[in-house]
Amino acid sequence: MIDFRMPSLGADMESAFLREWKVKPGDVVKRGDIIAEVETQKGIIDIEVFNDGIIGDLLVKIDEKVPVGTLMTQIFSLEEVKTEVKKSGEAEVPKEKPNIHLEVHRASPLAKRIAAEKGIDLSLVKGTGTDGAITREDVDKVVVEQTSPKATSTKTAGENIRAAVAAAMSKSNREIPHYYLQTKVDMSGVLNWLAQENKQRGVKDRLLPIAPLIKAVAKALVEIPDLNAWWENGLQRKSGINIGFVVSLRTGGIIVPAIHDADKKSVGEIMQTLTDIISRVRSLKLRSSDLSDSTITITSLGDGAVETVYGVIYPPQVALVSFGGITDQPWADNGMLGVRPVLNIGLAADHRASDGNTGNLFLTLLKNLLKKPDLL
Amino acid sequence: MSKEEIKKRVFKALKNIAPDTEPEKLSENSNIRKSLMIDSFDFLQFIVALDNEFAIQTPEEDYGKIGTLEELTSYILEQKSKNAIS
Repeated sequence: MIDFRMPSLGADMESAFLREWKVKPGDVVKRGDIIAEVETQKGIIDIEVFNDGIIGDLLVKIDEKVPVGTLMTQIFSLEEVKTEVKKSGEAEVPKEKPNIHLEVHRASPLAKRIAAEKGIDLSLVKGTGTDGAITREDVDKVVVEQTSPKATSTKTAGENIRAAVAAAMSKSNREIPHYYLQTKVDMSGVLNWLAQENKQRGVKDRLLPIAPLIKAVAKALVEIPDLNAWWENGLQRKSGINIGFVVSLRTGGIIVPAIHDADKKSVGEIMQTLTDIISRVRSLKLRSSDLSDSTITITSLGDGAVETVYGVIYPPQVALVSFGGITDQPWADNGMLGVRPVLNIGLAADHRASDGNTGNLFLTLLKNLLKKPDLL
Repeated sequence: MSKEEIKKRVFKALKNIAPDTEPEKLSENSNIRKSLMIDSFDFLQFIVALDNEFAIQTPEEDYGKIGTLEELTSYILEQKSKNAIS
């Protein structure tokens, strides 16, 4: 049995409102299935499950404010359900949708009576009495919640996103002692490689320069794990390289979805993932996995004329890599002066977690990787 | 296909990609991407939409030829007539 808890969808998130359950107890789910919709400052987000199994009781009510970490439901394996049913001496498990009742709701007689009168499903009431028994107060609380107007925010989505960015960035600048490094890369090799690649690709599969850049960052992080980490009671290195990519919204504000296991994806797969998540961000139709577990952030100015970004780290991460616009600049190579497409790469890193030398090693490695784009 | 018809379809494609913009207000000679704040991702989606809508193929090296509305409509007409001949 696995406890399914409200996931954290970013360091700035403390809770969300449950808006819809997409499953009911006894439903069979597969990893990646969407089981609920919650509303956060970033809009409505689809909550996915990460395991195959059978859904237990739904422990959170519609429109309830759900703090991160709250138990929402439990997911049982088919074996567990079979054992459970056999124990209770019942016949064969029906193959589809085993309709199990997973726990008896202990409630005081008064609580039961009030619930029956008010038409409240006790399976959705959280008990605060001894051993989780439901008390009269628990039921009264639900009655009040149900009769009070919906707890919706009067702010617009744009204002909510602004507030979320403000909270995360203020926390960052308050708590993280940033240090900054910067370097320049001649991008002619990468751009020539991209042009050749794109000639062979259909229009839908064309690559943008950001795809090989993300891959190169992921590969460099494999060698420099101190930057792929969270700072939580000390340095916590992360095994997966999940790159948060800053997507700006046309209406203002940013959202930072994650590209999971970027080091294991090909450049083409990274591009595909980017296209998918950017379209979901722009339509504000995100999934919980899009927003969880980023271990570092990349921000890119795209094809503007501005060259350098001094990034603000997204806590609890310890580093942010920034790409400016690629601009033609004078470039000395082998004693000759020429004009090259030049990219400024910036690193903002947490000085509690690493020192300038780590950042230096990382950026040097990144530069070297970009010299051989075909090997990325 | 008339230039007006092409423009109508181009506006529709732009509106799909950037719903909060007003492509019909674009002037003939202003840069489409700059005016509507279309980034490289949205531009790639726009090219995919154009290729579907007009049954043309826009290679990457032609991106520079379709900066303004006027350039774009001429480019589409040219590509379509090339297609018709071949």
